[in-house]
Amino acid sequence: MLIDYAKFAFNGIKNRKLRSWLTMIGIIIGITAVVSLIGIGQGLKVAISSQFGNIGTDKLTVTASGGFGPPGTGVVNPLTKDNLEKIGRVNGVKVAAGRLVRSIKIQYKDDVKFGNAASMPEGEARKIIESSFDLEPEQGRLLEDGDRKKVMLGNNIGGESSEFEKEITTRSKILIEDEEFEVVGILEKTGSFAVDALVFTEDDDLREILDIPDKEYDIIVAQIHQNADIKIVEEDIEKLMRKERNVKIGEEDFTVQTPQATLAQVNSTLFAVQLFVYIIAAISILVGGIGIMNTMFTSVLERTKDIGIMKSIGAKNSTIFTLFFIESGLIGSVGGIIGAASGIAMATGLASVGRLLLGSELIRAEISIWLVLGSIFGSFLLGTIFGVIPAIRASKLNPVDALRNSK
Amino acid sequence: MKKNIIELKDVWKTYRMGDVDVNALRGMNFNVKNGEFVAIMGPSGSGKSTAVNMVGCLDIPTKGEVYLDGKNIAHLHESELAQIRGRKIGFIFQTFNLIHTISAKENITLAMVFQGVPVDKRNKRAEELLNKVNLSHRINHRPTEMSGGERQRVAIARALANNPDVILADEPTGNLDSKTGKMVMDFLRKLNREDKKTIVMVTHDESLAKYADNIAHLKDGVIVKNSGGN
Repeated sequence: MLIDYAKFAFNGIKNRKLRSWLTMIGIIIGITAVVSLIGIGQGLKVAISSQFGNIGTDKLTVTASGGFGPPGTGVVNPLTKDNLEKIGRVNGVKVAAGRLVRSIKIQYKDDVKFGNAASMPEGEARKIIESSFDLEPEQGRLLEDGDRKKVMLGNNIGGESSEFEKEITTRSKILIEDEEFEVVGILEKTGSFAVDALVFTEDDDLREILDIPDKEYDIIVAQIHQNADIKIVEEDIEKLMRKERNVKIGEEDFTVQTPQATLAQVNSTLFAVQLFVYIIAAISILVGGIGIMNTMFTSVLERTKDIGIMKSIGAKNSTIFTLFFIESGLIGSVGGIIGAASGIAMATGLASVGRLLLGSELIRAEISIWLVLGSIFGSFLLGTIFGVIPAIRASKLNPVDALRNSK
Repeated sequence: MKKNIIELKDVWKTYRMGDVDVNALRGMNFNVKNGEFVAIMGPSGSGKSTAVNMVGCLDIPTKGEVYLDGKNIAHLHESELAQIRGRKIGFIFQTFNLIHTISAKENITLAMVFQGVPVDKRNKRAEELLNKVNLSHRINHRPTEMSGGERQRVAIARALANNPDVILADEPTGNLDSKTGKMVMDFLRKLNREDKKTIVMVTHDESLAKYADNIAHLKDGVIVKNSGGN
C-alpha cells in the first residue's frame, strides 16, 4: 500500500515539474554546500594530519614566540645554544637538535626563486631530523657532517618535479644568497609540502651567508626516550625555559609543542572555519525547508478538491496525511540526492582547481560515504519535517467543504 | 418485506454562518429499502445535498440518527466513516469529480487502493468495470482527454469499484446533454434492476423521476411528500 502511495506522491511531483524543481533548488544548494565544503574541509584535515604524522609522536619542538615570519624567526629573544644544551640534559630527553629555518633567495642559471632553507645539525642530532622527516635521497646522497658549501634539495626544488625551468640534478651548482653551493642530493617526496620545498644546508653555512650569530637557534627539536612520559618532559622543558628566559607562568615568550598539540591547534582553527560553513549551510537548508513547506501548502490548496474526492471514495485522514507526507519527503530526498552528487562534483572540481592554481597537493576532497548518506537522509528528514504541517492541514479538510471547492 | 438499508430519524443539520444558525435539515425522516431506486427532489436550498451527504457518511448530523445497514453512523469516528464510504457506498457527482492527473483506470483503482485490494486484483476489476461502461478503449486516457459522458461513465465505474450496496448519485446528468444523460440514467436503472444496487439519486429534473421507484420531495429541510415513481 505504501508503494501505491509513493507512486501517487511521485505522480504529484511529476505533474508539477517546474514548481517541484524550483522547490528542490533550495535543498540542492544547501546540500551541495554541505557536501562540498565538508568534503574539502575533511580533505584538508587529512592532508594536514599527514603533514604532522611524519614528525613522530616522540618529539617536542621548542620555538621562541613574539615575532613575525616563519616559526622562531625574527623574534625579539631568540633561542640560544645554551638553551639547546640545557634542554639536551632534561630528564627523559634522548637528544636535542637546534635548527635554523630562514627565507632565502635561490638562483639556478638565470632563474631566481625565493624559498626556505633549513639547517641540518651535526652528529647524532642529524639522525633525528632525518628520521622525523623521513628524508631519503632520490638522487645522490644525504648531507653529512662537514659537507660545507653543499646542499640537498627537497623534491619540489630539485629533480624532475622541480619548480625551476632547468632541472637541477646532483652536482648542479646553485646560488643561495649569491653564494655558490653544490647539490649533493635530491630528496624523495616526503608527503609534507613544507619539507619538499626546503633547501637543506649545514648549520655553519646558513649562519655564514645570512650572518646569523653563532649562539642563535630558530627551533629546538627534542627526541624523548622511549619510556619517558612526553607530558612530563614537556612540563620540565617549560619550567627550564621559564627560568632561562626569566619569565613567569602565563607570560611565556616561547612555546613547547608536541606534534599532537600543534595538530589539535590546527584542527580547532579548521573546526572554527567548518562551523562557520555549517551555519551558512544550515541557514540555506532551513530556507530550502521553508520552500518545501510553502510548496506543500500551495499543493494542498491546489488539490483541495482532489482531497475531497479521495475522502469520498474511502481515503482516511491518515491516508491523506501519508500521501502528502511522502510527497514532501520525496522532494527532500530527490533534492538531497542531486545536491550530494553536485556537492561531490564541486568538491573534487574545486580541489583540482586549487591544486592547479596553488600547486599544493594539500588541497584534496575527502568525501566519506557517511557524509553522502547522511546528507541524503537529512534532506529526506527535512522534507518530512517541513511537510508535516501541510499534510496535517490536508488530512483535516472536511470532505464536504473540500468537494465544494472548485478548481 | 424488504428491510431498510438507509434510515434517517429526526435528522437535524445546523450550519453556523457568521452569527446566524442555518438549519439545512429540520428533523428529516427518510427510509430507503434494500434494492430500491429512490429520488430526492426539491428546489435548491431545500437540503437535498446535505441529506445525501448524511446518507453517504460524508457528514454527520447535528442531531438525530442515521442508520446504514442497521448501523448507527451518527457518532462514528472519521476513520470509521471513511471505511464505510469506501466499502458500502459509491458516489456519482454532477461534476464527475475525477482526479485529472491520473488515467481512467488509475481513478478506479485508487478507490481500491484505499481498501487495500492487491494490485493484480484491482487492475483486473478496473478493466472489467471499464468494459462494463463501454470504455475499454479509453483505459489509459486522462479525464481531461474525455467527453462529459465518458467522464461520468468512468465515475460510475469508480463508484462500483468496491462493489458497494448503495450508489449515491447527486445530479448525475446535470452536466450532460440529454442523450448522454439518458444513457447514464439507463445504466443506473440497469445497475438497480440487474445488479440489485440500492440507488439514491438527488435531482431537480422532473423527467428523471420516472426512473425511480419512490420520490421523496424535500422542502426546507423536511420531506413534505412521498410519491411513487414509475
